[in-house]
Order: sequence, then structure tokens, then C-alpha cells
Amino acid sequence: MSHLQLTNQLAGKGTPLRDRIFMWLLFLSLAIGVFTLAVLLTYVTIKGWPRLDIRLFTNMPSVRDPENAGAQSAITGSIWVISFTALVALPTGVMAALYLEEFARPNSRSQRFIEVNIQNLAAVPSIVYGILGLAVFARALALGQSVITAALTLALLVLPVIIISTREALRAVPRNIRDGSLALGATEWQTAYRQTLPAAIPGIATGTILALSRAIGEAAPLLLLGAVSFITFNPDGVLSDYTTLPIQIFNWTKDSREEFQVLAAATIVVLLLILLAMNFVAIWIRNKTQKRW
Amino acid sequence: MATNTVSETAEGLSLRQSRPRYGEKIIRFILALAAFVSIFTTFGIVISLLIPSIEFFMEVPITDFLFGTVWTPLFKNGEFGVIPLLSGTIVITLIAIAVAIPLGLGASIYLSEYASERVRKVLKPTLEVLAGIPTVVFGFFALEFLTQAILIKIFPEIEVFNALSAGLIMGVMIIPTIASLSEDAMAAVPSGLRDGAYALGSSKRQTAIKVVMPAALSGIVAAFVLGISRAIGETMIVTIAAGLQPQLSFNPLMGMQTMTSYIAAAGSGDLATGSIEYKSIFAVGMLLFLLTFLMNIFSIRLVRRFRQAYQ
Repeated sequence: MSHLQLTNQLAGKGTPLRDRIFMWLLFLSLAIGVFTLAVLLTYVTIKGWPRLDIRLFTNMPSVRDPENAGAQSAITGSIWVISFTALVALPTGVMAALYLEEFARPNSRSQRFIEVNIQNLAAVPSIVYGILGLAVFARALALGQSVITAALTLALLVLPVIIISTREALRAVPRNIRDGSLALGATEWQTAYRQTLPAAIPGIATGTILALSRAIGEAAPLLLLGAVSFITFNPDGVLSDYTTLPIQIFNWTKDSREEFQVLAAATIVVLLLILLAMNFVAIWIRNKTQKRW
Repeated sequence: MATNTVSETAEGLSLRQSRPRYGEKIIRFILALAAFVSIFTTFGIVISLLIPSIEFFMEVPITDFLFGTVWTPLFKNGEFGVIPLLSGTIVITLIAIAVAIPLGLGASIYLSEYASERVRKVLKPTLEVLAGIPTVVFGFFALEFLTQAILIKIFPEIEVFNALSAGLIMGVMIIPTIASLSEDAMAAVPSGLRDGAYALGSSKRQTAIKVVMPAALSGIVAAFVLGISRAIGETMIVTIAAGLQPQLSFNPLMGMQTMTSYIAAAGSGDLATGSIEYKSIFAVGMLLFLLTFLMNIFSIRLVRRFRQAYQ
């Protein structure tokens, strides 16, 4: 840095032009992402507006009658699939996190191995989980292209996210709560179950909701698991055929008729509203129950 | 001497219970089992990819697969050269990272070095919203809006399904991944380094570029690698917006098929379990898994090393 520049700054003659341009470029790079998001939301809302009505919820998809087609089977299908995903992934994820955080010897080889493995699984492409689901659940376990196959596959997909966020929630519980409990004679499990876990529930809830909202929007693995077939009925059990919202959107996007593009946009708005509601609940829980230890 | 006494007391009055608690052991075992589900998942992935892949390579020599330039699996006597799928993946990934790396990095420097607390509180959640948009929605947006309302006016010769729109939107999708990971890395740089730079008369820009970025480099590189891995593995955007013709071309205005969109297209049809087309899904899946696996592990190790450096 030259002497002149230095004196310039020390004299406080304002930020040099180059620095200001740099800052605006940085801001611009952030703004482009935010701007694209705004355009996307506006576009789908305007495009889907003519079909954003009750028919979407009361009617079944149709190939011949786009005017009266709805997305009911996709909405109920998504609810079925996501409920069972949560039923499998939440307990498994919380138990795994409890083990890694409270029971496993810290920094032992096995713990590090599991940790790296979970981090890697979190970044494996979702379509690869589809292949796993196809080979193991659909074919080897002969569950076919059913709600339960989809739910198990999505559960494995979101499990790493749930484990990672649950561990963070557990880690935020201060050490002395555990020490106090152990000092009063509680066993390790009693301490974990009655003290640490309850204290971490808000964090776990937030992480789980965010993980499940990822699962609701996921389409790629389900393409391999039979969700693409044309479904005009609601699931009636775990072995039932199904379709989901993202898959229904995908199917309509493939149809080049304009009415179906509008229908796709309307269904996207419904899907985004569901995700927004879930995120809102997650943030609300986080703010409402934020504890200062 | 004093410490010695303490440890003797501790041994004498051991806090460990003398009677084994079998209930605790059983619970511990069940919890460990849940943790091992992740290991089983990895094994499950590897095995379910490996067995059909081996069968596939018994029919199609692995060199034909890796170096062949024609991919026509559905033809009679079809050819299985994966190069066209790889080139499609590479073209779209390059477009995506050309968008996501500068924008993601710029956003992260802004958030970590420049933004006030109030601005951060608004912009960070907005980026998280962007990260939460389902990829099928991005695909719809790429095809219906970007291609048909914008790109077609700039490039009249563009195909309806093209690599450019898929790559650009995929880039936007990856911005939050790169931004939030690099921001974490830069936030972990001790403020003493910044203060030192300021004390020597550096401007904010100089501090950010010459001090903070180099200090956070391994974390930033890890973010890039993870971003690239996500681009390679992304399925819905390319399936919807980039078309399904495998071709060996580097013209982004043309349609292309990627590894992921081949798997999606072939896997959503009703292929007979033993057929060569069915097995080809797994061979392509294996290649995809290996590529992303290597990148993920590289990125995870970088982050780990970075964390250790500033602990």
C-alpha cells in the first residue's frame, strides 16, 4: 500500500471508488438470487391464478378434461407419503443422534466413521436414493410401487438432515444439566430421556419440519418408484398406488397444452404455500421456545 | 502430590455403578442400531448399484461404456457409450457453477464482511427460502419462463429443451449452498486477522480479498466442490428443461441428456427387470454415485481440516 493511499484513508476522505464498486458488486450478486426468487414467485402466481380455486382440491387429475382437472389424489398422496416418512425418519433420526451425541465415545473411530458417512449421505444425489428404493424396497422386499416404498425411501433421504440437526439441538443443551442429573443418581438413559431430550425438543422439531419440507418437494427418487403413473384415486393404505404434488406438477409440465401449464403453475402455488406454512411453523417454534441457558 | 490424592479419592469413591444395568445396555444397543442405519444405507446403495452394474458390464465391456460416444439404449443392438451423458452433465454443470460460484461467493463476502445485522436478518432467510424451493418448480420455471419468455428472444435458434436454461436456473438453485457454506467459513476466521489488516491500513475490500478469503480458502473450496456435486446430481431441472436426447455436443442452445435425466427417464418407464436397459440405469447410477462420492469426501475432509485450523 502506497503512502498516498494510506494518508488518504487516515484522512477519512471517504471510501475509494474501487472499494465502493466492489461492495456494490457483492450486493448485486446477492440481489440477483433474491430477484430471481421474486420473479419465480410472481410468475407462478400470475400464471396459476385462473386455476387457483377449489377444483384443485376437490377434483382428480384428468388427461381429457383440463378445465375440470384437479390435484386431489396428489395432495392426499403427498400427505400419506410424508406422514409415513415422518413416522419412520423421526424416531430413527432422534435415536441415532442420541447415540452419537450422548452415548458413543467422543472421537472414537466408529463415531467418526458414522459421522463422515452421514455427511456424505446428506450430499448423495436424491435420484441415487431412488435407485436404492427401487432395488431394495420395491423389488427385493417386494413392496412394489406403493406409498410405503416411497415413504421408506424418502425417510432414508432425510435421515441425515434430521440426525445432523438433532445433534446440534442436543449439543446446545448445557453440560451441567446432564451433570446435575447424573449426580442425583440418574442413569445415562434416564438423563438423556428425561433431561437432555426434552430440553432439545424445540431444536429437534425445527430441524425435522425443515427436513420433511424437503421431502415433500422431492420428486426425483419417486420417478423411479412408480409415482409417475396416472393416478385418479386417493391412497387407501400403505400398499396403495400413489402420486404426489411434485410428481403431478412434473406430469403436467410434460404435457404441452397450455391449460396444463396453468394447472401446473396453480399446483406449484399450492405446494409452495404448504412449504411456506411448514417453514413458518418451524421458525415460530424456534423463536417461541428459544431458551437462554 | 495434590492431584495424586484427588485421583485416589476418585478411584476409591468411583461414580460408576457396581451392579450392571442390563436395561441401559439394551437401550444403548437399540440407539446404536439406529445410528448404524446410516451405514446400512450406504452399504445398501453400494450393493444395489454394484450387482446390476456387474451384470451390465458382463454384457457391455466397461471400456465401451466409459469411452463410447454413442448412447442409444432403446435401439435394437443399442450402444452404451456414456460419453454423451457425461458431456451433457459437464456442460450443464459448467453453466451452473459459472453462475453459482461468483454469485454465491459474492453473496457470502457481502453477508459476512459488509452487511449490517439488520440487513443480514432479512437477506439470510431469503436465501434459505431460495434453497427450499423444490427443484421441480425450478424446472418448470426454466422451461416455461426462462426459455420461452426470455432466451428465445435473445437466441431465436434455441431449442425448446436446452442446456442453457437448465444450467442457469441450476446455478441460481446452488447459490444458497455455496453462499451459506463459504459464509460459515469466513465467519470462522478470527477477527484478530481482520483487525491486524485494518491496523496496517487495509481497506475493507483489501481485507476481504487478501486476508479473510485466503484464511477461509479451504472452507470456500469445500463449498465450491459441494456445489459442483449438487449440480452433477440434480435431476428434475435437467429432466424438465434440458430435454432427453443424448448428444455429444457443447452447444448450450441444444437439448442434452445428463446422467441423472437418463436414470429418471429410463427408470420411470416400465422396464423389464432383467433387461440390459434396466441394468444400464444402475451402471450410470454407479458412475454418478462414484463421482459425487469422491467430491463429497474431498469436501468433508477440507471442512474438517479447516475447522481444526481455527479451533
